[in-house]
Amino acid sequence: MLAKRIIPCLDIKDGRVVKGVNFAGLKDVRDPVELASFYNGSGADELVFYDITASSEGRRLFTDILERVASSIFIPLTVGGGINDVSDFERVLKCGADKVSVNSGAIADPSLIGRAARIYGSQCVVLSMDVKRVGGEYRLFSRGGRVDTGIDAMQWAEQGVSEGAGEIVLNSIDTDGVKRGFDIPMLTELCSRVKVPVIASGGAGSAQDFVELFNKVEGVDAGLAASIFHYGEVDIHELKRLLSDSGVPVRI
Amino acid sequence: MIGIVDYGVGNLYSLGSSLSALSLEHTVSGDCDVLSACDRIILPGVGAFADASKKLNEAGLDKFLLQQAADGKPLMGICLGMQLLFDVSYEFGTYKGLGLISGSVCPLLGDLPGGLKVPHMGWNSLNIMRDDSLLKYVKQGEYMYFVHSFYAKDCDADVIATTHYGIPVTAVVRRGNVMGAQFHPEKSGAAGLAILKAFSEI
Repeated sequence: MLAKRIIPCLDIKDGRVVKGVNFAGLKDVRDPVELASFYNGSGADELVFYDITASSEGRRLFTDILERVASSIFIPLTVGGGINDVSDFERVLKCGADKVSVNSGAIADPSLIGRAARIYGSQCVVLSMDVKRVGGEYRLFSRGGRVDTGIDAMQWAEQGVSEGAGEIVLNSIDTDGVKRGFDIPMLTELCSRVKVPVIASGGAGSAQDFVELFNKVEGVDAGLAASIFHYGEVDIHELKRLLSDSGVPVRI
Repeated sequence: MIGIVDYGVGNLYSLGSSLSALSLEHTVSGDCDVLSACDRIILPGVGAFADASKKLNEAGLDKFLLQQAADGKPLMGICLGMQLLFDVSYEFGTYKGLGLISGSVCPLLGDLPGGLKVPHMGWNSLNIMRDDSLLKYVKQGEYMYFVHSFYAKDCDADVIATTHYGIPVTAVVRRGNVMGAQFHPEKSGAAGLAILKAFSEI
């Protein structure tokens, strides 16, 4: 039976993990390679590396790191941030990424999804979207959730899938950072609209939030989070045991 | 020495680093002389069957691999590399494979019960059908990482493990010295590495 996936997300800026990470036994580690190895061995099903660097110098650092990360982990690696053209796909795939996540780049030029899917396959193209409720509808935001595009988020997801996106990451701006659980209604709506894997993001504050996610949103495939894993608030092995005990299929 | 066949298809980075992590000597090459000197061969592959098959044939690697298999050298196909071992694929047309394992490669869509997503993407557990040295380090029910939209069927005699995705899906096949995995051992954590290790001992 296909397992539900648990995915830690690491933000990278200028070659270092933003804010650092504090696990039991690992204090304030900012080396992305060391952290990736840690997660590889601690039950993560996949890793997401998000490059929030703006400078081209930082971007070169990022690709150097990717190569080192890709050669030290044996689980799938998704890379996002600064993906605006097919050449950006090439740049990160060459370094060992398995999937590439597009967000603002696809909003600026929706044809990017289809062009990348035709070259690398749909399984390689992840559409990441930041969504917030505005006047009773789900609205797509760009530029890291700062700009309201005026686009209906659910229609955008359907369009992305028809262009060739093979997976969707839905980050709810409404629940992000609040740590009171995933956005169940928003995820339920998305899962009823698309037939590709959906990754839930934004709002995880405890292991119980993942149990609620997988029990309430039937179609969701994975839960993504950052700080609760990085700061050791939730241990992935323990989380998976809890999920398994709750009847959720997971890889243990 | 393990030879990884390089024919311009897919990302060979992780496969090489997996073998390095196991301290297994390997070389990535599309040159028949180099591969011929290896004592076992891995045929990787990501993408479309037709394109991969064409590239293999253009490089003369199809005849080479058939000869190596006939000579008894251990040969393992991974993902699309496994599918290439079969007689025929119906991925967007009808394309001839290497014919080292009897069976055909067909779309999951159409055979799956309604509601299941294609591609079959993520971690799924193995149902090991019979003992085999390739799976000697793998437990029944172990999870492996799959990403595929087509699957091998009509090959029951050579299937050593399946995975369940609405229907039993061929996961590991073996006919003598020729074997294949539909999933990615190089992306399947410690369990996947254990399969590569077992292959190096066959």
